[in-house]
Amino acid sequence: MAENTISTPTFKKTENMEKVWEKPSILFDVPNHYCPGCGHSVAHRLIMEVVEELGITDRTIGIAPVGCSVLAYNYLNVDMQEAAHGRATACATGIKRIFNDKILFTYQGDGDLAAIGTAETIHTVNRGENIVIIFVNNGIYGMTGGQMAPTTLEGAKTSTSPEGRNLDLMGHPLKIANMLAILEGAYYVTRQSVHTAKAVRKTKKALMNAFKYQIEGKGGTSFVEIVSNCPSGWKMTPIQSNEWMADNMFDFYELGDIKTPPKEGK
Amino acid sequence: MNKELIIAGFGGQGVLSMGMTLAYAGMVEDKEVVWMPSYGPEMRGGTANCIVVVSDDRVSSPIINQFDTAIILNQPSMDKFESAVKPGGHILYEANNIMNPSTRDDISTYKIPAVVEANKLNNPKTMNMIILGAFLALNSVVKNESILEALKKVLPERHHHLIPLNEKALLKGAELVGEFV
Amino acid sequence: MSKKLLMKGNEAIAEAAIRAGVQGYYGYPITPQSELLEYMSSELPKRGGAFVQAESEVAAINMVYGASGAGARTMTSTSGPGFSLMQEAISYIACAELPCFLVNVMRGGPGLGTIQPSQGDYFQAVKGGGHGDYKMIVLAPNSVQEMADFTYLGFDLADKYRTPTMILTDGALGQMMESVQFPEYNLDEHLVDKPWATTGRENGRKQNVITSLHLQSEQMEQINLKLQKKYREIEKNEVRYETIETEDADFLIVAFGLSSRVCHKALELAREEGLKVGLLRPITLYPYPYDILNKLADQVKGMLVVEMNAGQMLEDVKLAVNGKVSVDFYGRMGGMIPQPDAILSKIRELYSAHTKTKMEV
Repeated sequence: MAENTISTPTFKKTENMEKVWEKPSILFDVPNHYCPGCGHSVAHRLIMEVVEELGITDRTIGIAPVGCSVLAYNYLNVDMQEAAHGRATACATGIKRIFNDKILFTYQGDGDLAAIGTAETIHTVNRGENIVIIFVNNGIYGMTGGQMAPTTLEGAKTSTSPEGRNLDLMGHPLKIANMLAILEGAYYVTRQSVHTAKAVRKTKKALMNAFKYQIEGKGGTSFVEIVSNCPSGWKMTPIQSNEWMADNMFDFYELGDIKTPPKEGK
Repeated sequence: MNKELIIAGFGGQGVLSMGMTLAYAGMVEDKEVVWMPSYGPEMRGGTANCIVVVSDDRVSSPIINQFDTAIILNQPSMDKFESAVKPGGHILYEANNIMNPSTRDDISTYKIPAVVEANKLNNPKTMNMIILGAFLALNSVVKNESILEALKKVLPERHHHLIPLNEKALLKGAELVGEFV
Repeated sequence: MSKKLLMKGNEAIAEAAIRAGVQGYYGYPITPQSELLEYMSSELPKRGGAFVQAESEVAAINMVYGASGAGARTMTSTSGPGFSLMQEAISYIACAELPCFLVNVMRGGPGLGTIQPSQGDYFQAVKGGGHGDYKMIVLAPNSVQEMADFTYLGFDLADKYRTPTMILTDGALGQMMESVQFPEYNLDEHLVDKPWATTGRENGRKQNVITSLHLQSEQMEQINLKLQKKYREIEKNEVRYETIETEDADFLIVAFGLSSRVCHKALELAREEGLKVGLLRPITLYPYPYDILNKLADQVKGMLVVEMNAGQMLEDVKLAVNGKVSVDFYGRMGGMIPQPDAILSKIRELYSAHTKTKMEV
């Protein structure tokens, strides 16, 4: 599209001011297609910050899912593959097993990872594949227009649970991170969010840990869940959606580390 | 030379390995060979059979329904394959395992007391080698030396000490049909 | 050339793949191809490759997708039910133009069917079993030696055209043993550069992306046109077939894979009776040898297609012949194999009917 209604703010470079932050150079400088207030863009930035800071751009390969972040490779300036729906971790396994020195991450939503790709997710973690799985959980199918996801909370209204999620008919929201944590192959499992500055910092630290574990090549799979919002799907403003998330989602999807690597004797 | 045979019996009687040994031996002599097993559920304890073709020329089909020779180790196989032998062909069957042998008069039928003889060799598993020895005495398809060479491939190394016993079994088989030949 | 070895067809494919430099094999057990998976599990890691027993055929083919996208020589193998599960990813692979090598050791279908040999997956392999307009190069060996030879060829053609290639074979060829010799194969001479592969942005090069998603229809049409151009190129260059005693034939049998072996036997028997029968064996099922069949239609008075299915390749033969001569069919299904004598009697019947009709005309 030639015309774009979103304009990126430009800042004049000011003399005598210390630069405290800049966008990672490996985040493409283009407007993204995510809805205003969506957590994906922050998550994207954090991953690229971590990859850049760890100096692994030249050996990092990302796997995009099917879902809202299907076009993640338009924003993340690393080599990427677009996987079939749910199969990102299989795709990453295929690469990592042959090219052990490469750094692999998958970036997946709740439908991709916890519904259609459940088998791949579980078995990839169970094999302890030395990759990073980033799981963005916003409790809804965003791209297809707001249908119920495996992670949709009880009572939540979606286009396929118009009266709210009925546990008797539609099953329970799936805490897949907790499920995965009991697998021997899981090395590091954590659940974070990106709705406040503090949460963003914690998520970045979690991602940093996960990628470092992979580089060190020990242990197994690192799994970082990011509980996020979907203002459009939830039919809320960005601020309302973040408040709703904090008030409702974190009770069920508790934030924090679920499984941490065994402490080494120091 | 082009010899097409079927070997049939119960799983566990060494049907498939007998055929494989013969095929290996053919290859040792630089002949064209095919070994086509029946596979699937019948492998697990039921009936088993394999087709073996040994030829001086390219083998057209591994799927055959008319054979020069049928080696039959149980009654169901006798019932099934008796009619599949070409006129003028041979049936070799194991004496103890078959109550009703072929009644065809356009083929030659050889009753081989292989189980009894194998027990005399103190190894029931040599039964199939006794029959194979009989077959080779009737049909100069491959040399006995080639069979022994082949056994080195077919048998796991821990069983290679049994090769001399297998040689005895081959000779015994030849001796048993000696009276017919 | 290696020395002669006696091997099962399934094992010959596995050994040839290792010699052809396969770097990653991903598979799932299914009869009648499991020997291939088992051979890989014991041999490939020893010889420097990666072996993963996947949780499903779906996972296996997506592992292939990933590995191929990263530039590796990679493969999987399965039988009909598993191949059905792989169709989605094969469509993605074809669209993303990833080279890889696939094997379908067919068994009787539809459904769970039997585990006995069949040729019932011809349409699925040749016409594109997944969604969208794509093709795979489909090789149909009819001996254990060709199982090996076509594996090397499959990898080479995959790299040459950036396309999935496959061997379409069956349980009998997979299970049977014949002697096989592995040709000399200098891998370095066969490997091609893959500047498109996702290897990480080495030396700061531009980002590489493997995708089959192009949301703009104009762009997606261009992708399709590019694929179609490639398929025309393949159709021009890669048609392979074998003719047996066609020179003086006035009746032609057409068969591929295992049934071509049985037909060869039937042909020998027919020739003994003085019937001038020839055999055309398509080796590539895609691209299909339409031209030679069309030419032979000018020469012979009738054709018989023999398959282990309800008449799938039959449609391609009819397309090729385009009404010039009558085309009859003999097939067995569900794991049954046509027998030489049954084919022979069919030949006898048709031979006299067709040659007589023509003389009367």
